This record gives sequence, C-alpha cells and structure tokens, in this order.
Amino acid sequence: MPDERAASWPESQGQDLQSGADGRARRRAALSPHLKRLQDESIFIFREVVAELRNPVLLYSIGKDSSVLLHLAMRAFYPARPPFPVLHIDTTWKFREMIAFRDETARRLGLELVVHTNEDGIRRGVNPFDHGSSYYTQVMKTEALKQALAKGGYDAAFGGARRDEERSRAKERIFSFRSAAQEWDPKKQRPELWSLYNGRIRDGESIRVFPLSNWTELDVWQYVLAEDIPVVPLYFAAPQPIVERDGQLIVVHDERMRLKPGERPEMRMVRFRSLGCYPLTGAIESRADSLPAIIAEMLGFQTSERMGRLIDRDEASSMERKKREGYF
Amino acid sequence: MADSAAAAVEAGVGQRTGNVFRLPAEAGMLRFLTCGSVDDGKSTLIGRLLFETRALFEDQLAALEHDSRKYGTVGEHIDFALLMDGLEAEREQGITIDVSYRFFATDRRRFIVADTPGHQQYTRNMATGASTADLAVLLVDARKGVVNQTRRHSFIVSLLGIRHVVLVVNKMDLIAFDAERFREIQETYENFATGLGFESLLAIPTSARYGDNVTSASERTPWYEGPTLLAYLETVRIETEPVGQPFRMPVQWVNRPHLDFRGYAGTVASGRVRPDDAIRVLPAGKAAVVSRIVTLDGELAEARAGDAVTLVLAEEMDVSRGDVLAAAGDAAPVSDQFAAHLVWMSETPLIAGRSYLIKAGTKTVGGSITAIKYRINVDTHEHLAAKELHLNDVGVVNLSLASPIAFEPYAKNRNLGSFIVIDRLTNETAAAGTIDFALRRGTNLTWQHLDIDRSARAALNGQKPAILWFTGLSGAGKSTIANLVERKLFAMGRHTYVLDGDNVRHGLNRDLGFTEADRVENIRRVAEVAKLFADAGLIVIASFISPYRADRAMARSGLEEGVFLEVFVDTPIEECQRRDPKGLYAKVAAGKISNFTGVDAPYEAPENPEIRLSTTANSADALADEVLADLRRRGIVG
Ligand SMILES: Nc1nc2c(ncn2[C@@H]2O[C@H](COP(=O)(O)OP(=O)(O)OP(=O)(O)O)[C@@H](O)[C@H]2O)c(=O)[nH]1
Ligand SMILES: [Mg+2]
Repeated sequence: MPDERAASWPESQGQDLQSGADGRARRRAALSPHLKRLQDESIFIFREVVAELRNPVLLYSIGKDSSVLLHLAMRAFYPARPPFPVLHIDTTWKFREMIAFRDETARRLGLELVVHTNEDGIRRGVNPFDHGSSYYTQVMKTEALKQALAKGGYDAAFGGARRDEERSRAKERIFSFRSAAQEWDPKKQRPELWSLYNGRIRDGESIRVFPLSNWTELDVWQYVLAEDIPVVPLYFAAPQPIVERDGQLIVVHDERMRLKPGERPEMRMVRFRSLGCYPLTGAIESRADSLPAIIAEMLGFQTSERMGRLIDRDEASSMERKKREGYF
Repeated sequence: MADSAAAAVEAGVGQRTGNVFRLPAEAGMLRFLTCGSVDDGKSTLIGRLLFETRALFEDQLAALEHDSRKYGTVGEHIDFALLMDGLEAEREQGITIDVSYRFFATDRRRFIVADTPGHQQYTRNMATGASTADLAVLLVDARKGVVNQTRRHSFIVSLLGIRHVVLVVNKMDLIAFDAERFREIQETYENFATGLGFESLLAIPTSARYGDNVTSASERTPWYEGPTLLAYLETVRIETEPVGQPFRMPVQWVNRPHLDFRGYAGTVASGRVRPDDAIRVLPAGKAAVVSRIVTLDGELAEARAGDAVTLVLAEEMDVSRGDVLAAAGDAAPVSDQFAAHLVWMSETPLIAGRSYLIKAGTKTVGGSITAIKYRINVDTHEHLAAKELHLNDVGVVNLSLASPIAFEPYAKNRNLGSFIVIDRLTNETAAAGTIDFALRRGTNLTWQHLDIDRSARAALNGQKPAILWFTGLSGAGKSTIANLVERKLFAMGRHTYVLDGDNVRHGLNRDLGFTEADRVENIRRVAEVAKLFADAGLIVIASFISPYRADRAMARSGLEEGVFLEVFVDTPIEECQRRDPKGLYAKVAAGKISNFTGVDAPYEAPENPEIRLSTTANSADALADEVLADLRRRGIVG
C-alpha cells in the first residue's frame, strides 16, 4: 500500500524517487507550493532575528529538524554564511553516528560549532540509568543549555521545535520570550501579530525562536527529500542490537548500556523517528532504507513521534514543565 | 483501553484511527481560526474535527482518555477540548487561555487551525490567531445566541481583513435541534454583520459534543440542507494573494559577506520583480535598477509575492533595513502621519502623546498617537469619545512617526499596512494597528536643513548644550536646586534657561489640566521646548515632577547621547510631606486634592539617572555643586 501511495503523489517531490542507499536524491525537483511557503516563511524568521538581535545562536540537536533548520539558515543568508554559531549540548550519551555527523556537517557547511557539556553533572556521575530520565534530562540538558546560553551571552536561540509535536508546543509563539532566569511563562506570552515579530528585550532577557513552528513531521521529511538534505544514517533502517524495555526498542549502543537480568540483545532491523540520548530513545522496526521509503512508511504511522522519547512520559504535562524551566 | 469501544460509539464513528499523515490533492492550505464567546465549544469542535478526520495518533487518544477522566467536563465521556487546551492552567480551569495551533489534512486539503480563547481577558490572543487566518469559524451557543463577545470577535475578524466567516450555531443538542431558534440566531447575526465586509457567511447547526454536522450530516437536523463544517472547509475558495499588485519588498537585512557583494534580503510583499526592473528605494525615493535575484539555487529570472530572496542592484547605494524597494513606475506612497485602527492589548492604557516604538514591515521607528479620534463600541459600532484606550478597546487614531515610511492601506496590502505598537520600557506588544490612509503625503517632507547647526552655536558659546531634567516628588527640592545650579552657571558666564513646571502652566500649557492625558501632553510640550533651546546652544534646566518613566524616555528620545541628563532629586515621601513648602500635602491629607503624585498617584523613580541627589544627607547648595562637578566631568562646561 505505501508504494502505491508514493507512486500517485500529486506533488512534484514525489516524482523523484531515484535515490541511492544513502537516501540522497540525485535530482532536485521544484518544491510544492506548500513546502515553498513553509520554507520562505522560515527564512523570513531567520532574517528578522539576525537583524533585530545582537547575538543569536542556533541550537543544533543533530536530528532531522536541526538538519532542516541549518539548511534554511544556509538559504536565508546565502551567499554569506549564517552569521551565528551553532551550539550543541553534548550529554555524552548521544549515538556515535550523531557526533560524527555533527562534526562533518559543521565542516561541510563551514559553521562555527560550540559544544557544551555540563561538567558538574559529569563530575557527579549523573547518567540516565541511576538518576532516572527526568533528573538526568534536567541536569544534562536543561541545566547544560542554560549554562551554555549564559556563557555565550546569547540573546536569541533558534530551536527546531514544531507545534505538531506536543500540545504545549502547539501553544508557543514563534518568537518566545524568556525572562532573565530563562523561564517561559505560558500565561503571559506576547501577542504575535502577522509576521511582525517583537524581538525587543532588556539585558539578560532572551528570545527562543522556532522557525519550524508550522511544519509537520511529514513536511520535514518531504523537504529533506526535495532539498536533498543530509541526515544522520540512524534514520534509515539497519540491523542493530536491541533490547525491549517498557515497550521500547533500545539499541545496546556501547559498553555503558546496563542490561537488566534476563535481557539479551538481539539483532533487528530498526530505524529512528526521533533521535536523542541512546538509552532514552526508542527505535522502530522498519525496512525503510531510503527517504521515499521513510515517507511511504510514515503514511501508515499510528503513533506519534514522541512515543519514542522516554523523557516525555515521566509525568502529565511534563513537556510544559520542562519548557517553563528552560528546556527547548 | 477498555472504554475505547464506548468512546467510539459516543464519538459516532466506528474506527478511531486511520492515516494521520495525508498527502492532499490540493497543493495549498487553508488557515482558519475558531472564535466566539467563552465556553461556546470552540476547542471541543476542533478536537472533534481532529478525531473524526483521524488526525490523532493512538498514544494521543490514550492520553486524551486519561485526561478526560482527570480533568474532563463531560462526565464519563471524552472531553475533546482537552486535545487543544495544552496548558496545565487551561486544563485545571476548563478554559482556553492562549491560542493553540493544530495541523491536519484530509485527502482534499491541508489545514492550520488556530483555536483561540473566548474569554474577554484574552482577546489579544484571539487577535494573534486571527492575524494569520484566511477564514473564521465563529461559534455561538444555541442557548445564548449572539452575545457581546461574539460581536467583539466578529469586529476584530473584520478589522484584520478576514472576508470569510462560518457561523457555527453549536450545542444544538441542548435545544432539541430546534430549527426556528437556529434561523433566529442566523438572522440576528446576519443583521449585525452587514457592514463588516464579509464576502461569504454560512451558518451551520452543530453539536460539537456529539458530532452533528461536523464531518457527517446529522439525522437530527433534517431541515438543514447545507454542507457539514468539514465539507465546507475542504471546498471553500479563498483568494490569498491579491493579483496584479505592483512590486514591493521591505528590506530585512543587508547581506554583505565581502566587499564584492552587497545584496538586500527580503520577502516580496506584493507583485513580481525581474532583473533589469527599474525600482525606487523608499522612503528616500532614489531610483535604482535590479541586476540579479540571488538564491542558494542560483539566480532567478523572477521573484513573486511570498518569495524570500536577495536582490542585487546595478549600482552601489545606501539602502538599509526598513527601506522598501518598489516598482519605479508605481511606487508606494510615503508618509509619517496616518489615520489607523488600533486594538489595544496592554494593561497600561494608551495615552495620546506618549512615545512608543512602531514596527511596520521591517522598520521600527519612534512615534506617538497624536489623537484618539474615537473608540468603537463593538456591539453597536457606535463611535465614542475617548481620552484613553484600555485593554481590548478598538479605536481610530492619528499616528505620527519620527520618520516617514513607505506603506499601503491595510485593505490593499496586509504586509505594508499593518503595524504593532511596542512599549518603550516594558517592550511588550501594546497594540495591533492597521493603516487606513495617510494624513499627509510626506514625499517632499524633510527637516529644514540649516547651515548653522547646534555644534556651530555651541562652539561660539564655549559650552556644550545640555538638558538637565530634574525629576522628583512635589516638595523634593527640584526647583530650589535647579535655581542654585542656574545661578552658579550664570556666575561662570554660561548661557542657561530654566523651564519650571508652575511657570510653564501659566502660559504655554495654560490649556492643560491634570488628567493623565494632559500630564503627558504637558511633558511633551516642555520636552520639545527644551530640545529647541538646547539646539539654540543653551544649557536647559527643566524641573518637573514627571512621574512616568515613559514620559521621561520620550523627553530623552531623539537627542544625541550625552545631551539629556536625568537628575533624580531623591527625597522620601515622608520628608516631602514634612517640608510641604506649598501646603499641598496638607490639602491632600484633608481630602481636598486627589490624584496626587506619591500619595494616590504613582511616581516611577528613575532606574538609571545620570545624577542622583539625596536631599536628606546634603544641603541644597552642596547638591548644586555636585551637579556642577558632574557637568565639568562630562565636558559640558569647562
Ligand atoms: N451539550 C453540549 N456541550 C458542549 C458542546 N460543545 C461543547 N460543549 C461543552 O461546553 C463546555 C465548553 O467547551 P469548550 O470547547 O471548552 O469551549 P470553548 O469555546 O473552547 O471555551 P474557551 O476556549 O474557554 O472560550 C465543555 O464542557 C464542552 O463539553 C455541544 O455541542 N453540546
Ligand atoms: Mg477553548
């Protein structure tokens, strides 16, 4: 069924299915009017931030949304390079493939890459196994991010979050104001009219900017295909050593993975829909090894993207709480 | 998921999930909002729509069932509003606070829906959702009919230029699907809406809770022959891009990676542009020719409305952010004075004369509302006299900008006719505005250039002009110190002038009273006079209570760095009351004066004054010497 669907796509990006095993299309077709509009609205957002704020940074999480974000930034400022650095919060629990891809991307695009790790968390040995995903995320991601933003003196940070991901994100502005303590007050958001974004802040305050607010997961993949944007190979199906935990397929990625009694890794064909820290990110069973195959597979998905993220399931409203505290 | 079968029956559909992701036949998408009064069922309706179009994933449905048990307002059943009300506070209170954006697609079309709050307090969030929508779904509770908030939202929808409205008469289940009542509401609304400029207006009877006429035609409304809500949304024709308009592009950012490239990045606001097209750079009006349209994919033969591009001009010229590039043969008008509609969004009321920042297109300039022509009663469309605009008021005003901009009336072009008002101090977005027309054409308007300027006069006088702005409570000692400072400067042979609150009110500002609006105007005039005197080379000493930071910021605005010195005469209120040199505090205490600064009207102390004088620790004479020492340090006097 998915293949029939792909063959009858009404939009131009579906016509180009001559992809190699790496998923990169060989020929670039014109964008559909829908993707073109999303793209150009995002470019507008990038340019507004650079024109109005003093010291922006792009928060690079290495996933597909970040790949699209970077691509849009390259478009927005061409022939100049994006006039801001790219920040990665390294929890030290990312997949090796992600780190390699990150460094390669920064090199390929000529970007200034800033990597930050919460050294205090490392010293205290905070990890996803002993401390639980909630505390671990708070220390190694949220706190780390706040440290890095304060250290860099950044007054604006681009993030790849989309409103379709989760219902508290569906409420957030494109220019999202943060207090000097980097907190979000969802009950006091600035009105945001037309595309007249208000980037005015006082010292210490900042703006988080979400150029992909109006994109859906499907838009992102269609755009990756149409624009031939490189993504981490983990998005494509490959055999991996897997253990099943709480209904999630976890990759036994390195020797730090702690197996519970009775758990035995087993090779399975899997890929990722969303990428994070490997012990906290569930894979899905799949044979989709190219972009068209991924898109065809998506058309049949019955669960949401965030199902694979253990950190979102800790407690009700967990995303909103994390965001109020400064999580992206 | 034991209750899933029950839920599905209640929902009226057999299958709970299908394909969430669709690739619709139509290339474009429809952006719409839901609006109407609180509790009319907006969130429930959209939740229901998402559910029935199978736009929900299994885990989202499971979470919905869980939340319905915890927060639901409908007993055992699924509370679809919880899909939209994504904030904790919203779920706890059972109302929508801020707009929620959701995305869904059917086999025919893609949709972005903004589900907005009905509560009057959050009207600005409704306006946020409406500003990017092409169609409004306006809900009415069938039991209550058209109410105040229905009319307010309709008015804002119309003001923001939405031309297509669906009137959803909801909760029909609670009035036994009474056709008479439906028609009555429809008629009342149609009468109200004449004059709001809607091109299409369709009324649909629904029950969001039970799904009648949402995606499938209801058997309980046999008398209704129109389409279901979804069928209508899938097929309604909306013209989004006005055709045949001349080229305009606000410059967002000057792209200058190296000496050999200078491009102007922006999104085409209307029309189209090609290499070799003749254009004008507004507001200056300079002529230029486009040489290339640069993108990452290579150069383009043409760019059209909506395209984000970078234009290179044939000749190097001075173009900056905020300028508008426009077709040479049909350039946009330029002005600095406008008649405009405003929706006020701040808790702090709008006061005519106060200085704000205005962001229009990519340009942010200082400006003020010179007159509030009237406030609009959104129920009756009546024009009411007003001195202030309060939160959620809609009014018509005169807007004056510090420098001219290129524009179009909002009705002609949303991109060039819209603006926001930003509070200079809090930086909040205080209002949304739409330009109706220019009050005067500013094409030939430039500041009269004079050969003898401030620095020439300053050199002749042997002093740097300055404005010493004394602020503080009544009785703080402003005038006393100001007089001493002037005497000392005079003795040194300096040229000075004192502007004093009481004296000015006898002449220049004789027509002003003590309302907040009049106080603002008082300060504005004094500030302008002070600027002229400083321009004439004088050291101006102004002493005014000037209790509001915004007004002092206005007095400072437009001056070069270092000219305006805020002198805070810092005396505690208790000390002022004890001194009471004019007997005013006694009158206040006796109830003969009200609205008195420091007592029952606010005094906003300066946060970073250039000079702070503490009168409890020092004599007036010593403080005057302190001021002089400061002026020497700053090189204002030698
Ligand atoms: N009987 C009945 N109840 C309904 C219907 N639609 C909504 N309700 C109920 O009305 C209440 C309010 O519904 P919401 O969807 O939250 O209303 P809203 O318009 O989104 O409210 P705000 O966003 O706060 O302005 C809830 O308890 C709903 O279950 C309907 O068609 N029939
Ligand atoms: Mg609601």
